[in-house]
Amino acid sequence: MLTKIKVAHVQEIDEQGARTFAVGDKEIAVFKLSDGSVRAIENRCPHKGGRLSEGMVCGSAVHCPLHDWKIDLHSGRVHEPDHGSVTVYDTEVDAATGSVYITLD
Amino acid sequence: MGEKKRLVLVGNGMAGVRTIEHVLKLAPDTYEITVFGAEPYPNYNRIMLSSVLAGGSDMKDIVINDWDWYSENRISLHTGDEVTRIDTGNKKVVSKSGAEAKYDALILATGSNPFMLPIPGADKEGVIGFRDIQDCDLMMEASKKYAKAAVIGGGLLGLEAARGLLHLGMDVTVVHIHPYLMERQLDESAAKMLQLELEAQGMKFLMQKQTAGIRGIRRAEGLDFADGSSLSADLVVMAVGIKPNVALAKSAGIQVGRGIVVDDYLETSMPGIYAVGECAEHRGIAYGLVAPLYEQGSVLAKRLAGVETSGYTGSVTSTKLKVSGVDVFSAGYFQDAPGTRSLRIQDDLDGTYKKIVLQDDKLVGAVLFGDTTDGASLFSKIKSGESVAGKEKELLLGFAPGGSGGDSQGARLAAMADDEIICGCNGVSKGTIVNAVKDGCATVGEIKACTKASGSCGGCKPLVEGLLQLYGDGVTGEPVKEGICGCTSLAREEIVDSIKAMGLKSVKEVMNVLEWRVSEGCSKCRPALNYYLGMLWPTEYMDEKESRFVNERYHANIQKDGTFSVVPRIYGGVTSPADLKKIAEVAEKYEVPMVKFTGGQRIDLLGVKKEDLPKVWAELDMPSGHAYGKALRTVKTCVGSTFCRFGTQDSIGMGIRLEKAFERLNTPGKVKLAVSGCPRNCAEATIKDLGVVAIDGGWEIYVGGNGGVKVRASDLLCTLKTEDEVMEWTAAYLQYYREQASWNERTAQWVERVGLGTIKAVLENHEEREALAARIEETLSRTTDPWKEIISTEGLRKNFESLPSVQPVVG
Repeated sequence: MLTKIKVAHVQEIDEQGARTFAVGDKEIAVFKLSDGSVRAIENRCPHKGGRLSEGMVCGSAVHCPLHDWKIDLHSGRVHEPDHGSVTVYDTEVDAATGSVYITLD
Repeated sequence: MGEKKRLVLVGNGMAGVRTIEHVLKLAPDTYEITVFGAEPYPNYNRIMLSSVLAGGSDMKDIVINDWDWYSENRISLHTGDEVTRIDTGNKKVVSKSGAEAKYDALILATGSNPFMLPIPGADKEGVIGFRDIQDCDLMMEASKKYAKAAVIGGGLLGLEAARGLLHLGMDVTVVHIHPYLMERQLDESAAKMLQLELEAQGMKFLMQKQTAGIRGIRRAEGLDFADGSSLSADLVVMAVGIKPNVALAKSAGIQVGRGIVVDDYLETSMPGIYAVGECAEHRGIAYGLVAPLYEQGSVLAKRLAGVETSGYTGSVTSTKLKVSGVDVFSAGYFQDAPGTRSLRIQDDLDGTYKKIVLQDDKLVGAVLFGDTTDGASLFSKIKSGESVAGKEKELLLGFAPGGSGGDSQGARLAAMADDEIICGCNGVSKGTIVNAVKDGCATVGEIKACTKASGSCGGCKPLVEGLLQLYGDGVTGEPVKEGICGCTSLAREEIVDSIKAMGLKSVKEVMNVLEWRVSEGCSKCRPALNYYLGMLWPTEYMDEKESRFVNERYHANIQKDGTFSVVPRIYGGVTSPADLKKIAEVAEKYEVPMVKFTGGQRIDLLGVKKEDLPKVWAELDMPSGHAYGKALRTVKTCVGSTFCRFGTQDSIGMGIRLEKAFERLNTPGKVKLAVSGCPRNCAEATIKDLGVVAIDGGWEIYVGGNGGVKVRASDLLCTLKTEDEVMEWTAAYLQYYREQASWNERTAQWVERVGLGTIKAVLENHEEREALAARIEETLSRTTDPWKEIISTEGLRKNFESLPSVQPVVG
């Protein structure tokens, strides 16, 4: 079942930055890109489990802070030469209220 | 505060807005500013339009100043509203919509228009120029409905338009009146190579064709040429040149030639009215490249701000361009003229060409095709006019002819077994690297991208370079020069020079103007640019925390499990029972899993949770030890004459003084200092970035040491008498390193690269030393303790906390 949850106000996330929240034992990172759009992924690098929320955001990718793996925030896929992927969650920003919603399955 | 003067800018483009930016910085509250722009957009990077067409960027990537910038700077902005009249008597401008603005100073930055050939049919539908966003939109629309496009003009603009149309799926023919392409920037050989490359990409060419008319009923259907032949086309792009837009100035009675005539202070024939950019004509020249326009803007801004300036005296230009993915460069007099001699090298295998033109013993011009890495150094030799006698062939080949080939390192690498590990950080073997080279990796960067070798600490880079030379083909024997990362082909010097010359003031602007291949860069170039900008503009640049690595953003060291370590500042490694108690209490209260002494005589609290960091700092109430950044780390000291029976000087006092003076300093790489009280050197000062060793009656300063990746014993820089001299030399040395080294380059590598002699020569000059010390002082005077700043700033502190609990809604 899909559940849509409100996680933040868009102003609580810095541009090219991220905030995190927990769902059960999983942590999800919510990023704001420089164009103001919001992306959410599982906060765990497939390499050594680095917290992606602490990485540098460049365009629509984030560099893992531990060993610089580069993860695409749209597809969740790891850029070459490394391999792997992380779960991506659908996001929505209510233009009127600025609330950020995330869909969990 | 007195009455503000009114400044009006006509033309909301790169040159004009750049001038306004400078004025705002130099004289923030002097002017009330109004800007008129004919296009309905904020200031955008016109140079990047071709990349929008080619699909590499979209519109928002090329905006330089967004709407917020105008409102934040209280600029009244009128977009989509062209100024139609200047009333010089009443000192006001009037726009198409009827808006009026009075001025005390008026800047005309009206740019240029595409030159439309005055031929029959030029006014038909489907005939356009290539100048602005609207033209791009028209091209994109046409590509959906029509198949065939003709571009008139085989210069840079024409080829960029053609490339864009090709990308949009059109069948494109470039029509050029000259025998070869880009005749203003290239010689015939390079132009022919370019044509071959573009033909391979699918572009078609009709050379030496003069267009006589455009056929068609209402919309263009084709071109008729003077020789009687013809070409069918549904879209015609005229890219034969630009002409400065002088109509407005002319109607106001301002003197115009080819452009609006200006003096060395960019003032027109009408006092109080100025012109900058493509519309201006200075000493007979109207420039079309961005560098001269920015230089003009900087001079005009000083003039308007009342800051002294020696005026604008014209620009010597070089052209470094990327045409459809091919790098080309030219500068000076590169055509073979009488009295010149030239050397050239053409490599059809790699598709590169290089020509240098000499007159007497000087370099006067150069053309590069395919590989433009030597462009900046050749251009500086052309500008300086220095003698290149005896070095001509070296300039051409990039290395001295007849030099030695293989060396002992080469032999060692050849003998090495395939499974031997080259990159210890990422576990990459010789065999893996050799395979990557054989599969086509031609630079260290490519090897790094495909194997990760040299991607972490970089210590194995010389070995990787060696393997590349040994197993790569077509390598000249010199290390391959590369850009600072995969996002650009520019080297550190070229970037720093451009930032200085064009007065670039933000990471985004540098990437825009220097045409980064990746619009927001990567984790290598972003921190590098952030560092260079902060170093070059210490008083103006606002540090971009989003361009810093996590450790420098959170001012703590990230550990493998996502926790952080905290190292408080303990000057000179000397603490007190009270501080130790405080540290112990905080460690217990926050259940810090490990408390350890560091190699630099500090106390490390390891495993602190991110959300606890601000509380831990607040309770410690000690300054940050900066143990996480490219910054001054620690000053390690031995006991010295305070207690030690061998000590000759007060090494503890000296160390504390150094640490207090230079703490919080940002540097290209981390900087570790040490002070030993006698030549027994218990503080290990000779493997530090800067080490001070006491001798009887004085101090020795050693530099460029390292005890890490590659052990390097430091070199003796000088022997001094007093503590004050130690402070001054240390300040000058650190600032010289800050200004000269590449980001992420430790002093050991830097000293090896530039040579101790060069550094000594600069620092031995008393005036240079004082100037360097003054500059570092300016930077240091603006630093604050980052822990205190975070504790007291909610906007920064929030990033240490998780988001509040979630509320489910109907989905």
